[in-house]
Amino acid sequence: MANFYLDTPALRHHLNHPLMKRIVELKERNYADKDKYDYAPFDFEDAMDSYDRVLQIIGEICGETIAANAEDVDHEGPVCKGGRVTYAAGTKANLEAVTKAGLMGVAMPRRFGGLNFPNVPYMMAADMVSRADAGFENLWGLQDCAETLYEFGNEDQRMRYITRVCNGETMSMDLTEPDAGSDLQSVMLKATYSEADGCWYLNGVKRFITNGDADIHLVLARSEEGTHDGRGLSMFIYDKRNGGVNVRRIENKMGIKGSPTCELVFKNAKAELCGDRKLGLIKYVMALMNGARLGIAAQSVGLSQAAYNEAIAYARDRKQFGKAIVEFPAVYEMLSLMKAKLDASRSLLYETTRFVDIYKALDDISKERKLTPEERQEQKRFAKLADSFTPLAKGLGSEFANQNAYDCIQVHGGSGFMKDYTCERLYRDARITSIYEGTTQLQVVAAIRYVTTGAYLARIKEYEAMPVDDSLKGLRDELVAMAEQYAAAVAHVTEAKDQELLDICARKLVEMAGYIVMAHLLLQDATISPDLFKDSAFVFVRYVKGEVEKNVSYVMGFTADDLAHYKK
Amino acid sequence: MGYKIIVLAKQVPDTRNVGKDAMNADGTINRAALPAIFNPEDLNALELALRIKDQFEGSVVTLLTMGPPRASEIIREGLFRGADNGYLLTDRAFAGADTLATSYALATAIKKIGGYDLIVSGRQAIDGDTAQVGPQVAEKLGLPQITYSEEVLSLDGDKIVVRRHIDGGIEIVGGRLPMLLTVNNSAAQCRPRNAKLVQKYKYAQSKSESDPMAERYAEMTKGRDYLTITEWGVADVDGDTTQCGLSGSPTKVKKVENIVFQAKESKTMSGSDEDVENLIVELLNNHTIG
Repeated sequence: MANFYLDTPALRHHLNHPLMKRIVELKERNYADKDKYDYAPFDFEDAMDSYDRVLQIIGEICGETIAANAEDVDHEGPVCKGGRVTYAAGTKANLEAVTKAGLMGVAMPRRFGGLNFPNVPYMMAADMVSRADAGFENLWGLQDCAETLYEFGNEDQRMRYITRVCNGETMSMDLTEPDAGSDLQSVMLKATYSEADGCWYLNGVKRFITNGDADIHLVLARSEEGTHDGRGLSMFIYDKRNGGVNVRRIENKMGIKGSPTCELVFKNAKAELCGDRKLGLIKYVMALMNGARLGIAAQSVGLSQAAYNEAIAYARDRKQFGKAIVEFPAVYEMLSLMKAKLDASRSLLYETTRFVDIYKALDDISKERKLTPEERQEQKRFAKLADSFTPLAKGLGSEFANQNAYDCIQVHGGSGFMKDYTCERLYRDARITSIYEGTTQLQVVAAIRYVTTGAYLARIKEYEAMPVDDSLKGLRDELVAMAEQYAAAVAHVTEAKDQELLDICARKLVEMAGYIVMAHLLLQDATISPDLFKDSAFVFVRYVKGEVEKNVSYVMGFTADDLAHYKK
Repeated sequence: MGYKIIVLAKQVPDTRNVGKDAMNADGTINRAALPAIFNPEDLNALELALRIKDQFEGSVVTLLTMGPPRASEIIREGLFRGADNGYLLTDRAFAGADTLATSYALATAIKKIGGYDLIVSGRQAIDGDTAQVGPQVAEKLGLPQITYSEEVLSLDGDKIVVRRHIDGGIEIVGGRLPMLLTVNNSAAQCRPRNAKLVQKYKYAQSKSESDPMAERYAEMTKGRDYLTITEWGVADVDGDTTQCGLSGSPTKVKKVENIVFQAKESKTMSGSDEDVENLIVELLNNHTIG
């Protein structure tokens, strides 16, 4: 009986982080639901016990059902016929299992039928689901859209739609269009208000829409005639029950094949406004994207875990030259680095998620009552940390997932190139993580301001001051030295006061900041659970040292004059 | 209208993953080496009952199990998946029961619960594989029974139509409630544990259990009657102790042997008419077929 939660003790380690006490207390409003709902927790320990038990359910469904269906789903894929999408048989079975287990609306408040879980256990579920089948994570993970509905919809909309999501209906976020990909300001889908009918109608085309035949859609559309930028866009809710949207075709993709990627045609599709007009892109989609990016960070970690598991199992089993290949330094070095990258990206994922949890819970509380000055300050501090860490978790985590999937095939040798092993699916599935919800290059754009303002360095200084086990102090000293090198490289670029130079060096700088942060997190983890993280902490610090030296050398040698050699 | 359904469930050692230390030297099962699980076909039975509950509002699914105090675990498992309540039959006097004494104990408990429309159980338990308990319970209660059930095709008032999975095919049979069904593993798999129900019922326990977490919240869970797993002894079900446990069990185990299967000699045949005919004659003679 495979259980993806119980066989990965790192998850329980992260669940038990000291900051959880504050997170749960905020999320549960001091356990106010305990007399209203028979499944609400009495106190912190009770809540943590519930998270642990529910994660065991998810772990079992992932291990027994979703992982078992993954290969067939990858081969069969969804089908589009007559404007509607039919999922692969395995996908349907997966959806039925997660719905019956009550795992839709995990993070939604109880009054809509949700579990009211913080994001930490919710992302752990996403981590496991992705390890089982990254494509299925897209369908299950779109319950994130309910979060946007919750944050920006009115109470009537929340009651009508979120309850349906909690009962198993799926969602989609319809943003991209043929001429509006990374540049969403160019969205053209037209929203027209009919005074006669008292509702909005949507007309136009959306492309690359994940789960585009969902029951409930959030649609970004141009509500302000004559506008051409982001300020003319609003967010709408389209209910499939009303009709008006057909799926023209589904894409034939390289990976995550179980998740239908649709081209949608809106023909006088009745819709309702969500939130205020004109705030669709500048406020709501930005919030939606940040949530989605955290989801992709979790998807990346899940894929990294799957890749590592496949690789180590094969390396232990496969014998060459009279011994298992795992015993060869060239192979075990690769495996150790895979494990270190996995552990590092997971630590960053849950650190980021904790930041998100605190500021979002305070945000939500601020709708009920005025925050105290201390709470306001706490909210501000964690919102900034969350905003600065999210692009690192998504950007660097997805790159690590790709590297691990690549190395997983490498460990398999010739067999890995054949379609017979899981590793080839992981390789294809991982590829999208560094592209969608903002490419790595766009994550760098989001992150670079925290490099130049010194926000990352300030946080690194905080990590440096945290206690670590005596045996890890040597590694910490090395990280302190690396932070100085990083700061010098940042100074070199910023002092040149050349935007293009900064842009071309940005990725190297962001990588250094992210890697040093991850290494510090691993030292913290290894202090609490040495058996789980000590080796990875050592391997990762050594890896980061090499990367920092390489990136510093690259950046320090760069001047504005060099740009001419690069321009195309 | 709703139906009152009693699901008979048994906690069994997980004999599907048997290691080297699964048997003691004396031929008995080494229970410490095998995890205790919900008998797999009883889970199929539970799903069948839950589907009736899904379809007919007001239905109540009750679990009944006999075993040591720790068998409450499977009642909780059932509550986590959608059952409404459960009874644990536990008493030293029930210990050592064969199928006859077990069915006696279950039948007396079912009479005590009363008011049932349908009794459902797995076809057989993986520790004994007798497939006798379900049918014996039906006989003791004077109920009609359908064995090897796979799916309830229709249920209308007291009329039930069931598809049963038999050797070489299926049979569709009908009957009238109250009735007992035994359910095959070819029936629908049981649904997973539900996140809300796990949180609702996690502190459910019987009177002989004392889970520290459940004790800790005892004050707060007062008045939540659904957290009490009813525990009955022989006296509670007005049982006759001579018909229970060892004294009520005519089955005597003389000896248990550890058998290691070994590959026998192989035989090669050409596939000619003559060889095939000889093979058929041989198999008929040694009663392998026919």
